[in-house]
Amino acid sequence: MTTDTSYDGPILEIDKLSISFFTRLREIPAVMDFSAKIMPGEALGVVGESGCGKSTVALGVMQDLGVNGRIVGGSIKFKGREMNTMTPEELRDIRGSQIAMIYQEPMASLNPAMRIGKQLAEVPMIHEGISESEAMKRALEVVTDVKLPDPARILKSFPHQLSGGQQQRIVIAMALMSKPSLLILDEPTTALDVTVEAAVVELVKDLGKKYGTSMLFISHNLGLVLETCDRICVMYSGEAVERGSIEDVFDEMQHPYTQALFRSIPLPGADKNARPLIAIPGNFPLPHERPSGCNFGPRCDYFEAGRCDAQVIPMEKVTGNDRHESRCLRFSEIDWNAPPQVAETKEKAPPGQVVLKMDNLKKYYEVAANALFGGGGEKKVVKANETLSFEARESETLAIVGESGCGKSTFAKVLMGLETATEGEILLDNKSIGNIPIEQRDTKTVADVQMVFQNPFDTLNPSMTVGRQIMRALEIFKVGNNDAERRQRMLELLDLVKLPRAFADRMPRQLSGGQKQRVGIARAFAGDARIVVADEPVSALDVSVQAAVTDLLMEIQREHKTTLLFISHDLSIVRYLSDRVMVMYLGHVVELGTTDQVFAPPYHPYTEALLSAVPIADTSVKKKHIVLEGDIPSAMNPPTGCPFQTRCRWKDQVAGGLCEKEVPVTRTLAEGHQVKCHLTDAQMAEMEPVIEIAAE
Amino acid sequence: MGLFILRRVGVMLLTALCLTFIVFWLTNLYPNLEKLAKTQGNFRMSDEAVTSYLTNRGYQQALPVKYGQWLGVLPGYVIEGSDGEVRSRCEEGKTFCGVIQGDWGFSTVFKDNVSTIVSTRLGATGKLMFWVMMVMVPGALLIGVLAGMREGSGTDRTLSTASIVSTATPEYVSGVILIAVLGTKVIIDWDTIPFKGSATSAIDDANFENFFLPVITIALYGMGYIARMTRASMTEVMTAQYIRTARLKGVSFPKIVIRHALRNALIAPFTVIMLQFPWLLNGVVIVETLFNYKGFGWTLVEAARNNDIELLLGVSIVSVFVVLVTQLISDIGYVFLNPRIRIS
Ligand SMILES: Nc1ncnc2c1ncn2[C@@H]1O[C@H](COP(=O)(O)OP(=O)(O)OP(=O)(O)O)[C@@H](O)[C@H]1O
Ligand code: SF4
Ligand code: SF4
Ligand SMILES: [Mg+2]
Repeated sequence: MTTDTSYDGPILEIDKLSISFFTRLREIPAVMDFSAKIMPGEALGVVGESGCGKSTVALGVMQDLGVNGRIVGGSIKFKGREMNTMTPEELRDIRGSQIAMIYQEPMASLNPAMRIGKQLAEVPMIHEGISESEAMKRALEVVTDVKLPDPARILKSFPHQLSGGQQQRIVIAMALMSKPSLLILDEPTTALDVTVEAAVVELVKDLGKKYGTSMLFISHNLGLVLETCDRICVMYSGEAVERGSIEDVFDEMQHPYTQALFRSIPLPGADKNARPLIAIPGNFPLPHERPSGCNFGPRCDYFEAGRCDAQVIPMEKVTGNDRHESRCLRFSEIDWNAPPQVAETKEKAPPGQVVLKMDNLKKYYEVAANALFGGGGEKKVVKANETLSFEARESETLAIVGESGCGKSTFAKVLMGLETATEGEILLDNKSIGNIPIEQRDTKTVADVQMVFQNPFDTLNPSMTVGRQIMRALEIFKVGNNDAERRQRMLELLDLVKLPRAFADRMPRQLSGGQKQRVGIARAFAGDARIVVADEPVSALDVSVQAAVTDLLMEIQREHKTTLLFISHDLSIVRYLSDRVMVMYLGHVVELGTTDQVFAPPYHPYTEALLSAVPIADTSVKKKHIVLEGDIPSAMNPPTGCPFQTRCRWKDQVAGGLCEKEVPVTRTLAEGHQVKCHLTDAQMAEMEPVIEIAAE
Repeated sequence: MGLFILRRVGVMLLTALCLTFIVFWLTNLYPNLEKLAKTQGNFRMSDEAVTSYLTNRGYQQALPVKYGQWLGVLPGYVIEGSDGEVRSRCEEGKTFCGVIQGDWGFSTVFKDNVSTIVSTRLGATGKLMFWVMMVMVPGALLIGVLAGMREGSGTDRTLSTASIVSTATPEYVSGVILIAVLGTKVIIDWDTIPFKGSATSAIDDANFENFFLPVITIALYGMGYIARMTRASMTEVMTAQYIRTARLKGVSFPKIVIRHALRNALIAPFTVIMLQFPWLLNGVVIVETLFNYKGFGWTLVEAARNNDIELLLGVSIVSVFVVLVTQLISDIGYVFLNPRIRIS
């Protein structure tokens, strides 16, 4: 019943697949003319922006498109058998045993009311008809395989008792229970932290090799695809636009969209002046608003009227490369090696005097140990921020990096006055504001310190026009004497964030994510903010939009000499735009220095691991693989001694188990570069760079 | 968990105190007392006679004092009446005699101890409720699950309409219709009438013939509501991501419903089922009266009609407890069904 070993053709062969969703209003063609082939043991990556139809392809392969989705053309062959005409019984037989699928949200894909063991054991019990005890034994093996600690206990737990990373490993284990020949992964790591993501990806790769599984890996992250796949397929608006081996597509791309995509993402290996980010102009077309001819036409630099918009563009072979195809009429005419046209680079103002100073800032939260039935029970202290000290200057960008729960957002809240500090001081222009909650701050201070939030979708009032919302902010900051003046200022702000003035009368729901984020930025600058805390301002946006928003922030900074505190977990972007970097782990600042100092050895061991975890979409970069074991400890009961001690690979080098006993003191390695680690200077000096660019 | 139950019980006692006090106050309003005096004494009593009758029997004491005595936390009155007779609330040798001590008083209508009446009648109603639950819960869940399993299908639409109709029909309507159709020859000319329109004999010997109609009347009314709750929760669960996971694991549809969806879908209706108890007690009053089944609801009606103060109080205190206890059970049950809030 399981893998049929005699078959050696392609595992999956998708030919001219078209999928539509039928709504009351219209037919939505989500995928059109999509072809792909996966050979045994091969991993195919599918990349593209949100809404381009990646998930729809995956669900189409599984034949699970819901009530309103239908395959309207083409064929899907699994091991030579046509899947579109299979009966439900045949499909059931294949699902879970031969094709398995892993989704984006691990928590949602596990049954909350069923023990992990039972959910795992179910798979072989259905497909191989083995007994429950035997299936449990198999489950135990697979759980051990996915490197979960204490597998026996995990089998007995319910999903909510595991962390996000552990849940994702369970989902992977579930997919591997029957040793499928094809594994479909739909953005399996987007909900996870970078270091956890790196470990999960490593695991998937190893297991794929071990079991000889073919993979269809869906992601919007080019770097991840580079690390996991052999071949890649770039999708744009429902179509595959370029297809080929990783090397061909990454180094000899033959489609303008692929090129634009690569140019819009920061590469930590490259110099930011030599290779600035170039945003893709315009917006992604909705499925029912696609232009005639080439879908990418309106945004393409090489667009040729009368040709590109006059016909259906077929997929064509690129001669000389193996199975490399591109959906562009002009790919053989374009000079792919021409350097990008860069708008003249504006010099950034040098950092001025210190505007913000944190001195030994501490923030502890008290939480009831038993939140549900509160009342009695002992209180626990969560140390969200532990002795933070740093300075930020005028027109400087200070990046704060770290994974979830490291205290980045708490710090932002204290600065904004949404929380008050437990200890220590925040000095704004030498005035202490750390203990003044926002209601008691004067208008000037409130207007001076503003924030741009991670999720542009939650922060705008859905029932107020964009213009009104900005004018409200102006009112609060007491800018302008009357409505007319404020209206004028609001229009100027729209200009500032490069939104058409007509947008003033739009409702938030009529804007795209990137546009909403621009409104958020306009609001933050309404009172001429001098310090802007940007809490992951681009992580909820699509790659092509990220570049535009990032550039906007930097441009406004240049003009207004703003101090930007840029909170992010994405080291590529941090390297691209910040002057100094602060690395946090479990409430401690473990490293602080200029961008060059932090990105080059000597590193703090955590920074080293973080750097190695960043997926980089550049074939010329060689990266050291450092996989962190385990999860980030809970802030409720942090480890003794050094906070990073449970996952540190350098720990053995420190004599006398000091790391487990004492919190290291912060020490200065070089001018402006400090780390919190017990390693000696000599040991630090031995560290090798994590990211190296292979000599061309 | 212990602390949780303890707190709930505390709240429950407090609620019970408040509610019984209100009932006590209402039944002890002067017009009610006057009526009591006249029914117990004679109907042509003068106003003075009424007053002395009430004074002699402790009814004229301050309300909180009377309530305290009834509860059993204050010593019962001993009054030397205007007629020279000494009357006391309690029997010889007892100072406290109230609800707490088990002295629930004496029913003026049934000429029996309130506690005996309440317990036997409650037993009778318990029997009725048991059968109602046996019919209603599985029926409602089955309908809800079948309807919610495939949203928008023909089965769903038929069953949903049926449940709405059944909840929208009050018991006194459905009861009368059922009696007319199944309990008489009025509508259908039966050879032998299948069910009895009266359930009086079911007290001692319940059988299909005399018990089916009252049971189904109450069950139908509650069933629609639970079924719709179950359906809503089932449709929601069926669109959950983990159901898709199960489907893509190759689990067959019936197994998805039974193994993966059911438990998650039952969490919400479970609370509703428990909350139905007090609500069904309303129906019990109507149905027991309609079918002349001498249970708790019927007793309540009789007590109220005859101004039987002690009995009315007894009945209300028991009702309050039934309501609160079912709520407690529903909370605990919820915790058990839903592992996410299981207390460590
Ligand atoms: N059930 C549905 N009904 C109608 N339209 C749908 C449905 N599911 C998806 N679509 C549309 O189909 C298109 C492709 O969606 P799909 O989910 O495949 O995108 P994706 O590339 O996976 O995006 P993401 O990166 O955000 O996951 C989108 O325009 C989406 O709005
Ligand atoms: S076909 Fe024309 S518009 Fe489309 S990608 Fe090629 S050059 Fe650009
Ligand atoms: S102090 Fe020890 S455990 Fe902590 S980072 Fe340094 S070497 Fe690692
Ligand atoms: Mg998707």
